[in-house]
Amino acid sequence: MNAVASYNFAYLDEQTKRMIRRAILKAIAIPGYQVPFSSREMPMPYGWGTGGVQVTASIIGPDDVLKVIDQGADDTTNAVSIRAFFAKVAQVATTTHTADATIIQTRHRIPEKALGEGQILVYQVPIPEPLRFLEPRETETRKMHALEEYGLMHVKLYEDIARHGRIATTYAYPVKVEGRYVMDPSPTPKFDNPKMHMSAALQLFGAGREHRIYAVPPWTEVVSLDFEDHPFEIQHFEEPCALCGAEQVYLDEVILNDRGGHMYVCSDTDNCEERREAGHVGSLGVKEAAE
Amino acid sequence: MSHDLSNQEPLLRVEGLTKYYGARLGCADVNFELWPGEVLAIVGESGSGKTTLLNSLSATLEPTSGRTLYRMRDEQWRNIYELSEAERRFLVRTDWGFVHQNPADGLRMTVSAGANVGERLMAVGDRNYGHIRETALDWLGRVEIAADRIDDQPRSFSGGMRQRLQIARNLVTGPRLVFMDEPTGGLDVSVQARLLDLLRGLVGELGLAAIVVTHDLAVARLLSHRMMVMKDGRVIEAGLTDRVLDDPREPYTQLLVSSILQV
Repeated sequence: MNAVASYNFAYLDEQTKRMIRRAILKAIAIPGYQVPFSSREMPMPYGWGTGGVQVTASIIGPDDVLKVIDQGADDTTNAVSIRAFFAKVAQVATTTHTADATIIQTRHRIPEKALGEGQILVYQVPIPEPLRFLEPRETETRKMHALEEYGLMHVKLYEDIARHGRIATTYAYPVKVEGRYVMDPSPTPKFDNPKMHMSAALQLFGAGREHRIYAVPPWTEVVSLDFEDHPFEIQHFEEPCALCGAEQVYLDEVILNDRGGHMYVCSDTDNCEERREAGHVGSLGVKEAAE
Repeated sequence: MSHDLSNQEPLLRVEGLTKYYGARLGCADVNFELWPGEVLAIVGESGSGKTTLLNSLSATLEPTSGRTLYRMRDEQWRNIYELSEAERRFLVRTDWGFVHQNPADGLRMTVSAGANVGERLMAVGDRNYGHIRETALDWLGRVEIAADRIDDQPRSFSGGMRQRLQIARNLVTGPRLVFMDEPTGGLDVSVQARLLDLLRGLVGELGLAAIVVTHDLAVARLLSHRMMVMKDGRVIEAGLTDRVLDDPREPYTQLLVSSILQV
């Protein structure tokens, strides 16, 4: 294909990739610490995953198998276009199956299927600084990270309880990594926070607009912040997935009509499909074999 | 305010403190000692170096020369300018307080009153919501803010309430030394009187040491045990408050005292 011959492998030039890899190595060496890097213009708008794409472009090799998800789904615009982008500029194999992927770039979800050693999860991060809305001065937040002054993070949780009677933060729920840095896990639902803890996979976070990369190495302690008398808890769903009947997974509400009809379905489409193929059927699902 | 000062050591010892802004003098050669439970007022006109001195003492500014020694809770004397930044920031949010003239400078205006009071507790590791809230309620009561305002943001508070909230926020960790920069400035006279009354009660009850910068001699008279008069960056007269105000020695102090409006 000569159409893309003018691009280097995986779009970025080698110097840029080296620079980003150095930032990634530093981030892995200091779990949860935000490493500045010189973010490049990418052929996509900010907010569409420029940070994640740069991280993926820097670590991907010809033998990698890439999966891209957006809110858990493999088939939304963002996921489809980033997958097509790497298929084109790096000619890598792509997949929608979590277990087959070596690199999974994600926007706002962690796959339901536990990740294994050798897999890399790349997060797209809009705002890497967990203290941003509490302390707008970047000079000050850096100092607070350096001196481990994290009382302010609890002020936010306090405000939640004072206002709502419980910790109402449901996504981007702050975590403490390896007992040191407080980190924003990107806007994943807090349902996914426990999956970050002691994960076998390497987790990389790229914030393109904010020029920051951070990481959670495999088998690292990731603890969600809370109060003794208001402990951290994840979301619970009243009903299982309407298509595959899965419980203990994160569900999306889908509006069916304008008369209040709705259903809950798996946000992780791959997980849902695999379960249906295996014969699981939910209340509104159709048995695959019957088709 | 009856504290037995006889067998105590000072809390703060200031030696030859001098601050230049380039070639311009901020304050020069200030020496004094402050004892636990003692309130010292620094008075003088605008531009006399009061605020420079206060900021230097509270480690906000680094002086050009001189030392400020502080007796830490472990009884060790430390020069505050030689503390590491981590130690200094810890000291500032636990053992010290700073009451700003403009409460917005010392408060978080976008979080509730309860969280404003609780922040210092959370900063030193309190992770029990019930306890933090209980303590915040107690402190709001002590500064005469109604309990049902605990979840309101200070933006909705009057000037006097904000100033009282700022005081509560500073005192919640039981500091031993509080710096106050014109604590009653910008408040109307009746609110000032109430705030002064409250401050005097708290200072006496908690045995706080305080350094109060003011241009208002009435504030100095009501709050302080001792006072220093500054002019052109230098301390020109120091002594017991009542002595200085009733029997000023320096011509400038005499001028200051005689220029108070009598109604």
